[in-house]
Amino acid sequence: MTFQPIKFYQTGTFTVGNRLLTPEQRSVQSHLDRSNAINSGHRACQGCGEALGARYAIDAAMEATNSQLIAVNATGCLEVFTTPYPETSWQLPWMHSLFGNAAAVATGVAAAMKVKGRSEVRVVAQGGDGGTTDIGFGCLSGMFERNDDVLYICYDNEAYMNTGVQRSSATPPAARTATTMSVGPEPGNVFGQGKFLPAIAMAHEIPYVATATVADLRDLEAKVKRAMEFRGARYIHILVPCPLGWGTASHDSIRIARLAHETGVFPVFEAEYGVQVSALPIRKQLPVEEYLKPQKRFAHLFGAKPKVEVIARLQARADRNISRYGLLQKEVA
Amino acid sequence: MDKPFAITLDPGSSLANLTGSWRTRKPVYLDRLPPCNNACPAGENIQGWLFHAEAGNYEQAWRTLTENNPLPAIMGRVCYHPCETACNRGQLDDAVGINSVERFLGDEAIKCGWQFDKPATSSGKKVLVVGAGPSGLSAAYHLARMGHKVEIQEAGPMAGGMMRFGIPKYRLPREVLDAEVQRILDLGVTLRLNTKVANIEQSMKEGGFDAAFLAVGAHIGKRTYIPAGDATKILDAVSVLRSMEGEDKPMLGRRVVVYGGGNTAIDVARSVKRMGAEPIIVYRRTRDKAPAHDFEIEEALQEGVMIKWLSTIKQAGEGEITVEKMQLDEKGFPQPTGEFETLAADSVVLALGQDVDLSLLEGVSGLEIKDGTVQVGPNMMTGHDGIFAGGDMVPSERTVTVGVGHGKKAARHIDAWLRGTVYESAPKHEIATFDKLNLWYYSDAPKTVRPMLDIIRRQSSFDEVQGGLDESNALFEARRCLSCGNCFECDNCYGVCPDNAVIKLGPGRRFEFNYDYCKGCGICVSECPCGAIKMVAEDI
Amino acid sequence: MLKQTEGSRAVAEAIALCRPEVICAYPISPQTHIVEALGESVKSGQLENCEFINVESEFAAMSVAIGASAGGARAYTATASQGLLFMVEAVYNASGLGLPIVMTVANRAIGAPINIWNDHSDSLSQRDSGWMQLFAETNQEALDLHIQAFKLAEELSLPVMVCMDGFILTHAYERVDMPTQQQVDAYLPPYEPRQVLDPREPVSIGAMVGPEAFMEVRYLAHAKQMQALERIPQLAAEFKQIFGRDTGGLTHTYCAEDAETMVVAMGSVLGTIKDTVDEMRADGHKIGVLGITSYRPFPLAQVRAALQNAKRVVVLEKSLAVGIGGILSTDVRMALSGIQLHGYTVVAGLGGRAITRKSLHKLFREAEQETLQPLTFLDLDWNVVNKQLERERSVRRSGPAAESILRDIGTVASKIA
Ligand SMILES: Cc1cc2nc3c(=O)[nH]c(=O)nc-3n(C[C@H](O)[C@H](O)[C@H](O)COP(=O)(O)OP(=O)(O)OC[C@H]3O[C@@H](n4cnc5c(N)ncnc54)[C@H](O)[C@@H]3O)c2cc1C
Ligand SMILES: Cc1ncc(C[n+]2csc(CCOP(=O)(O)OP(=O)(O)O)c2C)c(N)n1
Ligand code: SF4
Ligand code: SF4
Ligand SMILES: [Mg+2]
Repeated sequence: MTFQPIKFYQTGTFTVGNRLLTPEQRSVQSHLDRSNAINSGHRACQGCGEALGARYAIDAAMEATNSQLIAVNATGCLEVFTTPYPETSWQLPWMHSLFGNAAAVATGVAAAMKVKGRSEVRVVAQGGDGGTTDIGFGCLSGMFERNDDVLYICYDNEAYMNTGVQRSSATPPAARTATTMSVGPEPGNVFGQGKFLPAIAMAHEIPYVATATVADLRDLEAKVKRAMEFRGARYIHILVPCPLGWGTASHDSIRIARLAHETGVFPVFEAEYGVQVSALPIRKQLPVEEYLKPQKRFAHLFGAKPKVEVIARLQARADRNISRYGLLQKEVA
Repeated sequence: MDKPFAITLDPGSSLANLTGSWRTRKPVYLDRLPPCNNACPAGENIQGWLFHAEAGNYEQAWRTLTENNPLPAIMGRVCYHPCETACNRGQLDDAVGINSVERFLGDEAIKCGWQFDKPATSSGKKVLVVGAGPSGLSAAYHLARMGHKVEIQEAGPMAGGMMRFGIPKYRLPREVLDAEVQRILDLGVTLRLNTKVANIEQSMKEGGFDAAFLAVGAHIGKRTYIPAGDATKILDAVSVLRSMEGEDKPMLGRRVVVYGGGNTAIDVARSVKRMGAEPIIVYRRTRDKAPAHDFEIEEALQEGVMIKWLSTIKQAGEGEITVEKMQLDEKGFPQPTGEFETLAADSVVLALGQDVDLSLLEGVSGLEIKDGTVQVGPNMMTGHDGIFAGGDMVPSERTVTVGVGHGKKAARHIDAWLRGTVYESAPKHEIATFDKLNLWYYSDAPKTVRPMLDIIRRQSSFDEVQGGLDESNALFEARRCLSCGNCFECDNCYGVCPDNAVIKLGPGRRFEFNYDYCKGCGICVSECPCGAIKMVAEDI
Repeated sequence: MLKQTEGSRAVAEAIALCRPEVICAYPISPQTHIVEALGESVKSGQLENCEFINVESEFAAMSVAIGASAGGARAYTATASQGLLFMVEAVYNASGLGLPIVMTVANRAIGAPINIWNDHSDSLSQRDSGWMQLFAETNQEALDLHIQAFKLAEELSLPVMVCMDGFILTHAYERVDMPTQQQVDAYLPPYEPRQVLDPREPVSIGAMVGPEAFMEVRYLAHAKQMQALERIPQLAAEFKQIFGRDTGGLTHTYCAEDAETMVVAMGSVLGTIKDTVDEMRADGHKIGVLGITSYRPFPLAQVRAALQNAKRVVVLEKSLAVGIGGILSTDVRMALSGIQLHGYTVVAGLGGRAITRKSLHKLFREAEQETLQPLTFLDLDWNVVNKQLERERSVRRSGPAAESILRDIGTVASKIA
């Protein structure tokens, strides 16, 4: 169980902090002295899920490593909105090289730390879904396969956002993007086999693979912390809604991520050495419409004549996730 | 480090970029009024005291509670807790057991001997309180804490009013009542028992009082005409219940018919059941139309009280009565059917409500009496300057809690009046309605059920029926509170802001927005579990 | 210590003496023997404190080197041809970030048609990548240049490519003088990064730079290479002091004093050229040679000084700028701007075509007689070329040219790796 069940504390059990908890039981984000890895003044859109997810993850990693952390970043929104000359938002040693090589650069940094006898310094690589599942996939798979001592974090906003919302291999079926417009007989993205990188990462049998969303901070932090307990290649895939690309209200970024989990659209689980070891149970299962409706990228499914069959196919995918990853099992304390 | 130009930058330097300028709307913190507080007739800050109870700080919780209501142990037993009816959690699973926690705190205070803080200063003013029922006691308590000299004159032999002479012991043990009354007296309040005020103006003059608060209750049992033979015993509920307190218990016989469908009828029936009789309630309407609370009806039925719904008493004779069956018309009113039935009855107790004894007000100028009650203004003052009134004797719902609320309210106005000012209550915050909450953050937690005395002892003794919570489940229950509308420092806003634009001020000091960086996305508002933030238009 | 060994092994040994800390490798002929040898010495424990990483592509190789270098480790990789092109994006990135990586390019032609043999197309394609490029004439020079390259790279915080001709040098067994560890340690201090990823002093490396500063960043990269023009000869001099050998530097001249004809070239072909020049000198021809070691930065002044007194200049290069002609010759021309002399561009040895003394004799004589075309393709089979051109004139689409030519030559089944 990555999720830390806090029984008995009813008021705000799932909140960021809780005055009734001991400081150790509180989330990293509740701490006054959290590292704020991404400082204020960054240029992400209002309500950017990626900005939030990255701070959650890196702050947690900073705490887990006692601030002995180096981050490598692929090209993408996260890089662009944090480091336009002459200012950077990052507060830890950070490097951006290219769009498709973050995993390899991180391998290099980790190798440098090893030869320099500074193995206490840990390395994370991070990138968007495009930088991870598409262009950076070769380097990532190589890093996995060699079991290099790197934690790779993918901030999945399901498209190439930085270039203006084009389709990536992580774009869900039916979603409208700038390259899968909602026109023609089958509007939006195609129904493919999907390229669910966490499963591919598991196939590499690396020590640790996990998924998370910005909607469950405690779960996310627990996973980052857990990831840091391993040496070798680790992968965390975090769903980060993008108000701009998804056509959602800026205040809804967390709610949408929550709905992705509660509908089964995005399975939240963790795996060790290729075997699933836990799932974050859905607390209150909802139909996929609840998730799809608030997003303009799926607007073409609704309206006067809702596309019932398409919605049914999306529901079927969610149902498959639910059964495949056991998302409805009751949590065991 | 020899940093290359432009490519390599100093950490955290983006602080130079004030993203607050992007904003068109901004979040602001606010306190909304929790529905429980809004519903409490005694104006308790329920959420406020639950907050301390959640942390296990019971004394602080009790002190916060007693700011408004000096009788928590009593409240925790007899209050009909409209707060729980209003509680937002009721729409989620079950309302927070506010009343149980209140009782726990009240009992804890008695157990630990917590006392009220004595007033720091004395105003030199004297206030007469007439009647030591809940309303009078409440007024006395508040007035005393405001530094006034208070004397209660009570007609009866003991303090408590209907709490002692109406509400049966099995619902309110007298030790509890005595303890809470004594604590008020310990504040320096003078209580003169067996002192019936016959003329209020005279009593005020004699005692040199600057103001008076009247809370004489409603003690005259209402009667209805029932043709009856001489041998038939017809009594009223209030006297029956009062005599339960005394040495000589009423002689009612074996088969007691209680006439009426209110809580008083239930209390009478349950009391006589405990004395070994066989009570039967006769009521002209249906169960769901009865004014008694359903849980009380349920408890009475459990204990073996018989109830005849849709029946009126037509006639009472030797050892039996005749009842007519009724049926409800389309408007829900009972109409006679012409069908009759006889029931064995050794006595009939009328529980049809009470009237106020207004004799002490005779000759007082300016008063307005309507429907047998004294009219008061929004400041609880009667038409006569300096004479205030509350509780059952003024038009309102007749409950202990309403009486306590009146007492508090009157005390505030009396205090202001004595100082020659006008009391202005703080403006009411907007209500924290259910839709303002983000429920995802609260875990599921079913209500704790209070223990009940076993049925045999309930039928044969006046032992308290409903038990209290122990510490662990009182704590659990307190922690079910959602803190509707008021920041409970859950750190959500601090955590969820993508721009780190929330400043955490430290324990007890809540948060502040850093408008230099807040872009106005509104995530904090959506993710505040309790609805303590809202978006407002940016001032230009 | 003198030893007879293969060029790749000699270079590998020299690199090991430089105490690299991270080596990333992806195989491609003719670079393979270098990284194999290094891999072995790491695995055997002979080369201590070094991480050898078998990456999944050249792109990853350069990327790992970037990370390692930014992490403060001395990083090395090697490649050739297609591999160099596969890593191009990262090649530019390494120099843009100012990371002192050293990379051997075992020069090889670029396909299609795929060809594993030597020419300079690969490293010359990276002429503007911001890397310094040093060309070795011999195996001795190749190993010496690597030692100098680390020092040069780290002093300026810029990456260096050491270019050695594939097969001709990499696979040739020759006698080399292998320096001792003490000598190398005396010459090359431990790597002290100019900028480094370190939690003790966090910085953000690799910011996005807009129009307001991008030109300046690029100019500063240029200025650094200009500094290298001064530093390279000094490093060669310091090298000579410790190792007693005259290697490196910007350029080398041979028989240049009174030469009327100067031949300019890079890499191993200089050996053949010098032999030819010796024979022609013996016949009384006033011919000399300018070998360019530092292709980037390009030593305009030294080239001008070496050539300005000649009557004609023949630039013999193993590269072709399709659509215009020479690549090296363009730079030489730039060095000579304003000077009136005859300039000839000779494209030679593409894809491993042998450059024979016989051909050179003929070539240089034609130059002396001013009968040479301004752009000459040495030993081009005009018969084949003309046939194909003829075919193309008559039939619009004639299939892949390479295949038709091979059919003409009659070696359709020629096996290439
Ligand atoms: C059987 C019964 C059960 C009830 N159960 C509940 C319950 O469970 N919960 C609840 O909230 N409410 C209950 N109530 C209602 C509640 O008891 C009353 O609303 C409440 O006690 C009213 O308070 P009070 O201070 O206005 O008057 P009272 O409690 O009636 O007190 C008035 C006091 O004034 C004294 N007095 C009267 N005249 C004079 C005078 N002239 N001079 C001096 N003293 C005088 C009386 O002796 C009495 O002590 C019940 C009522 C009854 C009858
Ligand atoms: C080699 C290369 N190809 C394309 C680009 C253009 N590019 C920059 S960012 C980006 C999209 C990034 O998408 P993703 O990785 O999903 O991150 P996001 O911006 O969505 O967070 C693209 C296509 C590039 N910088 N480099
Ligand atoms: S486009 Fe999307 S991912 Fe990029 S900064 Fe805006 S909200 Fe964030
Ligand atoms: S949840 Fe708490 S604050 Fe909200 S109404 Fe119930 S008791 Fe009051
Ligand atoms: Mg993306």
